[in-house]
Amino acid sequence: MFEHHTTLKKHFSALRTRAEFFSLRYVRESGQYLSVRKNVAEPPHLGHDEGAMLTVRLNGVEAYAATNDISLAGLQAALERAEQQARRILPHALLDLRQQPVSSDVGDYLSPDLDQPFPSLSDCYQLLGDESAAVPKDERLVTWEVSLGTTRVEQIYLNSAGAQLRQAQRFVFPGLSVTAFDGSDSQTRTLGGTNFGQQGSAGVIQRFGLVGAASQVADEALQLLLAPNTPHGPRDLLLMPDQMILQIHESIGHPLELDRILGDERNYAGTSFVKASDFGHLQYGSPLLNVTFDPDIPEQLASYSHDDDGTRASKQFLIRDGLLLKPLGGALSQFRADLPGVANSRACGWNRPPIDRMANLNIEAGDKSLAQLVGGIEHGILMSTNRSWSIDDARNKFQFGCEWGQLIENGELKGVVKNPNYRAISAQFWRKLSAVGDASTFKVLGTPNCGKGEPNQVIRVGHASPACVFSNVDVFGGDA
Amino acid sequence: MDNFKALADWLRQAITDKEQFHLGYADESSEFVRLNHAKVRQAGQVQQASLNLKLIDAGRHADLGITLSGEPELDRQRLADGLEQLRQTLPLLPQDPYLLLNHNAWQSHNEQLRPLPDLAQVLQDISLAAEGVDLVGFYAAGPISRGFASSEGAFGWHRANSFNFDFSLFHANGEAVKASYAGHTWNSADFTARFQQAREQLTFLGRPLHNLAPGQYRAYLAPAALEEIISIITWGGFSAQAIASKSSSLQRLYAGEQSLNPMVTLDEQISGSLSQAFSTEGYPREDVTLISAGKARGQLVNSRSAAEYGLSANGASSDESPSALQMAPGSLAQADILKQLGTGLYISNLWYLNYSDLPAARLTGMTRFATFWVEDGKIKAPVSTMRFDDSVFQLLGSQLEALTADRELLLSPSTYSQRNTASNLLPGALIKRLTLTL
Repeated sequence: MFEHHTTLKKHFSALRTRAEFFSLRYVRESGQYLSVRKNVAEPPHLGHDEGAMLTVRLNGVEAYAATNDISLAGLQAALERAEQQARRILPHALLDLRQQPVSSDVGDYLSPDLDQPFPSLSDCYQLLGDESAAVPKDERLVTWEVSLGTTRVEQIYLNSAGAQLRQAQRFVFPGLSVTAFDGSDSQTRTLGGTNFGQQGSAGVIQRFGLVGAASQVADEALQLLLAPNTPHGPRDLLLMPDQMILQIHESIGHPLELDRILGDERNYAGTSFVKASDFGHLQYGSPLLNVTFDPDIPEQLASYSHDDDGTRASKQFLIRDGLLLKPLGGALSQFRADLPGVANSRACGWNRPPIDRMANLNIEAGDKSLAQLVGGIEHGILMSTNRSWSIDDARNKFQFGCEWGQLIENGELKGVVKNPNYRAISAQFWRKLSAVGDASTFKVLGTPNCGKGEPNQVIRVGHASPACVFSNVDVFGGDA
Repeated sequence: MDNFKALADWLRQAITDKEQFHLGYADESSEFVRLNHAKVRQAGQVQQASLNLKLIDAGRHADLGITLSGEPELDRQRLADGLEQLRQTLPLLPQDPYLLLNHNAWQSHNEQLRPLPDLAQVLQDISLAAEGVDLVGFYAAGPISRGFASSEGAFGWHRANSFNFDFSLFHANGEAVKASYAGHTWNSADFTARFQQAREQLTFLGRPLHNLAPGQYRAYLAPAALEEIISIITWGGFSAQAIASKSSSLQRLYAGEQSLNPMVTLDEQISGSLSQAFSTEGYPREDVTLISAGKARGQLVNSRSAAEYGLSANGASSDESPSALQMAPGSLAQADILKQLGTGLYISNLWYLNYSDLPAARLTGMTRFATFWVEDGKIKAPVSTMRFDDSVFQLLGSQLEALTADRELLLSPSTYSQRNTASNLLPGALIKRLTLTL
């Protein structure tokens, strides 16, 4: 672990620059993606990636250069390219960062169970093959796939103020999907979509229940094929954690990103319906809504000690009792906006610069069991597992769809319905939060696929949530 | 090319008689500048290069991605280490029944090395053009290379210099116009003219917003808006595997249960496009007519699908998505768009599409950037952001009234992992009825 640390430190101290501040962020990533589709092992995809980003601050202007050459000469050349870039953009620079503080922290962060060996490739294929073979024989089941993705990342951050931050993480994503087809309609059911991912080792596979899941997932795909469409109209909506995470992500996470509020993302990812002046004042949701930036749940995907600019991370309430308190803004955005924030300046790899990202963005558990949540609904619907998401560029008008729906009448779960969709407006939706599940309904999940930034970056983010109920939401089904 | 060729040559002598390989290569040296409020918000330079090695032995195969350093000795060592890792991996795998190798020693070479724009000049032009305007945008430029070599002697090389400036102009009321200027040669006068067009659209956005109620409206989709619809269809829509496994949104079109309007003809036209003429799997990429006069024709078939479903491989990518789509033009003249629209919506861009019901090809998405309310052929006012929810079989089927005679070449500004070379050549589409829901 960290085998290049000594060499990088030596190279870093030998670098020569006229910059008033500079940093090096080295990232090494190795991964494998294994899958078995319809009982046939797909060829494994393995990967090794490494490189470094040099960032300089020259006359208050920052610029970066990323390089695949991590020799001293390669790093020095990148540093000089970054300096040259800083000089070129000086007459046109938006920001003067001469007064922005920099980190001098030192520390290490390791994923849980990092020292535990991961099952061998043979053992992984055996597990995936066994689960694939457990899909029942039914001619309506036209395709299915069982998969396991693992990525190991080491990052070393050094800067001219003395910061030295190392982190080593392993991310594990088990997956399972089954598609049923009746000659006209098709329905796909999965084990949590792509959202069953955590830091850790083989224990992640166990925690998400991949082993033994095939028959139930297949059965649910067949139930959906036979189910009627979701009826159209207002209903109380019970969202399970594997849909809540999408709801949090799109209609709390993205609107609270401070760089969006500052306008950086207006050409691509969009803006926000939230204004800088809303922090400390806006009643974002009902008093039951408590949202935290929480880097301290060890297995969650974006748990870390420091972000990629070297800022120390700690648990913070962004929304407490429904009141909006803080944005998702890293040190640079905080400096620009003169607002408090969190340590969420993150890059997806060595070749992309850190920007404001979600990290672990969670809803705190409430006090209702699942039975109490269902029992409190007269005319409603349970939806689980996201399959479709669409929201406007200010993160306000949304329409989301799930794999699985179940009607609720007079406090009881009733029949399964297919194509459950709902639409609403973020600024109003969270004020309809009427009940929050307790710790027994709370799940630690996340997504590997949050896209944002120019140049584009896709990054892992964690979301943990209990099941939640929203009153009087417009729900509807599909065409088929 | 020399570095890649040297690595491929080394690999040819390093493998045993039983082994075969595919070696893909990608590199780029990119200048990235993002702007906010017409100033540079973040700028940098990225230099990256990578190999993708597939080793095949006795019907078993595995893929390994390797980042290169640019230093020949070290890169050869990384390739040797990768070869060894794959040699240790293959015995752990079962034979793959869907492995289909191309044994042809095809050759492909394309290089375009026109000089890249000088960043100082680009920033100066942008700064001058954007005076008094709230511009936000992203400039990416530099050379991109792609290569392929196989143990069978196939060799492909593609290298091109390009730039793409993708930008938006914002009115003080929050409304915006989106535009781009992309290609191989930066011409200050051309850029200024393109910028001026966007500025002129911006003036319309200053009018008071026209609030629309959900309902059904006539609508004109400019090429960039139509591109969003076409792009989501390409998520598996034309993929042989997705069609066979019933996860394509066009499965009913391919089953002959549905059709699109006879005006709709779509081709994957690799020849003459900006993308490389070979796939990462070692096949030359063929031009394929996907939809002809509203009926399904060809599919995008990679080697694996060819083996699994008994089809002919046509050089499709691993995810069987197109990268050079062309839609046939119609007859609606540019000057007649507003007149023929009459009263309805002029939609410049759509945003964030996804499926409401995938097998029914029912989509939802948002309007974004310059969307106008038009009355009696005249632009009246900008329209607030609206959500639509409608079926492809309606929008490009029974409700398609006309396609424009002029088409627009839209170059992808995407930079996920690497700069994208995909493009779409599309007309605008006049729709008789678009359903708005929120």
